[in-house]
Amino acid sequence: MTTTSEVPLPATSNVTLIRPSRGWVTLGLAELVRYRELLYFLTWRDIKVRYKQTVLGAGWAILQPFLTMVVFSIFFGELAGLPSDGIPYPIFAYTALLPWQLFESGVTKAGGSLVLGRNLVTKVYFPRLAVPIAPVLAGLVDFLLASLVMVGLMAYYAFTPTAAVLTLPFFLLLTLMTTFGVSFLLAAGNVMYRDVGYLIPFLMRLWFFLTPIAYATSVVPESLRWLYALNPMVGVVEGFRFALLGAPLPSPGILLASTAMASALLVVGTVYFRRMERTFADVV
Amino acid sequence: MSDIAITVRDLGKRYRLGGGGAGYRTLRDSLVGAADRIVRRQPREDLGSIWALRHVSFDVARGQVLGIIGRNGAGKSTLLKILSRVTEPTEGEAEIHGRVGSLLEVGTGFHPELSGRENIFLNAAILGMGRVEIQRKFDEIVSFAEVERFLDTPVKHYSSGMYLRLAFAVAAHLDPEILVVDEVLAVGDAEFQRKCLGKMSSVAQEGRTVLFVSHNMSAVLRLTDETIVIESGQIALRAPSATAVDYYLAAGMGEAGERRWDGDARAAAAAPFRPIALRVLDSQGRIVSQVSSTAAFEIEFEYELDQDVAGLRTGVYLSTSRGEPVWTSFDADDPATFDRLRSRRRGRYRSRCHVPPNMLNEGMFALGVNASAFRVRSFFTDERALTFSVDGAGSPGSHWPEPRPGPVRPALIWDISEVSG
Repeated sequence: MTTTSEVPLPATSNVTLIRPSRGWVTLGLAELVRYRELLYFLTWRDIKVRYKQTVLGAGWAILQPFLTMVVFSIFFGELAGLPSDGIPYPIFAYTALLPWQLFESGVTKAGGSLVLGRNLVTKVYFPRLAVPIAPVLAGLVDFLLASLVMVGLMAYYAFTPTAAVLTLPFFLLLTLMTTFGVSFLLAAGNVMYRDVGYLIPFLMRLWFFLTPIAYATSVVPESLRWLYALNPMVGVVEGFRFALLGAPLPSPGILLASTAMASALLVVGTVYFRRMERTFADVV
Repeated sequence: MSDIAITVRDLGKRYRLGGGGAGYRTLRDSLVGAADRIVRRQPREDLGSIWALRHVSFDVARGQVLGIIGRNGAGKSTLLKILSRVTEPTEGEAEIHGRVGSLLEVGTGFHPELSGRENIFLNAAILGMGRVEIQRKFDEIVSFAEVERFLDTPVKHYSSGMYLRLAFAVAAHLDPEILVVDEVLAVGDAEFQRKCLGKMSSVAQEGRTVLFVSHNMSAVLRLTDETIVIESGQIALRAPSATAVDYYLAAGMGEAGERRWDGDARAAAAAPFRPIALRVLDSQGRIVSQVSSTAAFEIEFEYELDQDVAGLRTGVYLSTSRGEPVWTSFDADDPATFDRLRSRRRGRYRSRCHVPPNMLNEGMFALGVNASAFRVRSFFTDERALTFSVDGAGSPGSHWPEPRPGPVRPALIWDISEVSG
């Protein structure tokens, strides 16, 4: 919306045809790009509003994963003695919590975003995908803040980054793909079925235990690992530990299964969202 | 270059009626429904549906300001939602030439925690403005809204007036080629309304196309030349605004010169006062929807009191169909009458107002009623209960076939004398 559509175009070149859509729809990504200003402002709003009227403000973005890490280290690491593949438990858990929090808070916020933004959806036209995308992008700020703690932990435990750290963007991308895919599915589903609102916290708790955050993948029997890795967050967590802690590279099986699954979730989520989109304003 | 801004062809929108009236379904409802369909092989359409809009076709010329009026639920909002792409039509199509800006319910997308400044940017982005464009118009928006001093205060601390001004200011500066305005003037003080109307007419003068939906007939008349009347999802009439407004005000409001309040929820809430009917009667006592300008007629208000009521007065507001007041009169205006009826006992009453001949000009008039005890309680008010028309045949000066402005047409006595020297 910056330069292109602001210039008053000749009237005839700017025709919108409104008619019932049938069958498969396009992904509408071009339109999303045209509305990137809106996406920017919605994200910016989410960031601004997130810690309004709080004392600690953005400190929460650091405290949450940090305290979780402390509790995990005491109960899972020390008391339960869960395996961490020889890595100090606190940093072992924190490395996994980093992408997990991005995923969990993203899905939780995005999942309810359309219902919460009912006012907007029923009054103004814009690409609806922007609504669940914004809170996920806003979560990236928390992710960056939490990464500062990661840097501190790495210094404390004397982990020197190796060349493997260059693969981090890929695993971050994998996290975002998964987060977007699941968010789109749940956000669109929530418009139709408010059950989804109740399902999300429960789903996140289950998913948490199906992801090697508090424990290492090595506890999962070798023969079942490919099945286990269909949870794309397995590949993500393994990847983060590889990139940051020098853990062994996830097996090709895990990488492939997780990447395929993340892509599938993203595609299915986007298509489902676009298919449901046309009824949002009538149903929400 | 085409001169048509909007073409609508055979547009229709059907809503499915959900069971129980809930706005959304739960997963269980759907699963049960699906199972039902499989077992009983019922087709999906059986849920029942309603056409909110059907077979609607019209064109809007570039630069035209078109009014859209109709009762609540007639389909106006559905039409606007389709044209602003919020919802999809079920059938038909519309072609829009140019960027559409909608001003549907001001303040959509405002976030209470954000400051005025932040909300201007956010709201403008939601309405489709780019950052550069917003920055360019920022000062103009702020001064229009008159919120300079509170720019950095969260809008949750704004008064409703400030909130509204800010919201309208943002939307009004959107500068789309086609502006869709829905009932924004229903709120705000008179000063602000004037400002909004001024802004809208300047938008129209710049050659932009405006679709203006309102219940404010005088605003419709002031801003638009042509108006569409929507009734039960269809276009009932498209005509010059004055004709359309008259049609709308007359339609369905005063069938046959009588208005009854049987089963009206608002009337039921007026207890112990219960309005029954308002009628226009000709000199023979017949219920009529048209009276002659040169003949006397009566306005009859029938009501029942469920218990004794002290200090009651019932009265009639007479106004033109455009809403300009003509006169107001109460049955206890005469102090002697009021003294005699200090308390009206329970029972059924008829208050009849005798209107002398040669009072009203030809045209449409609206009657409102009021029942109240002065400074104690207003029991019942209906500002527009009934409309009737006045036929001007035979009234003073009607041998010249020309319209005479003004709501009254008294037979005044003239004295013509020749002044010599």
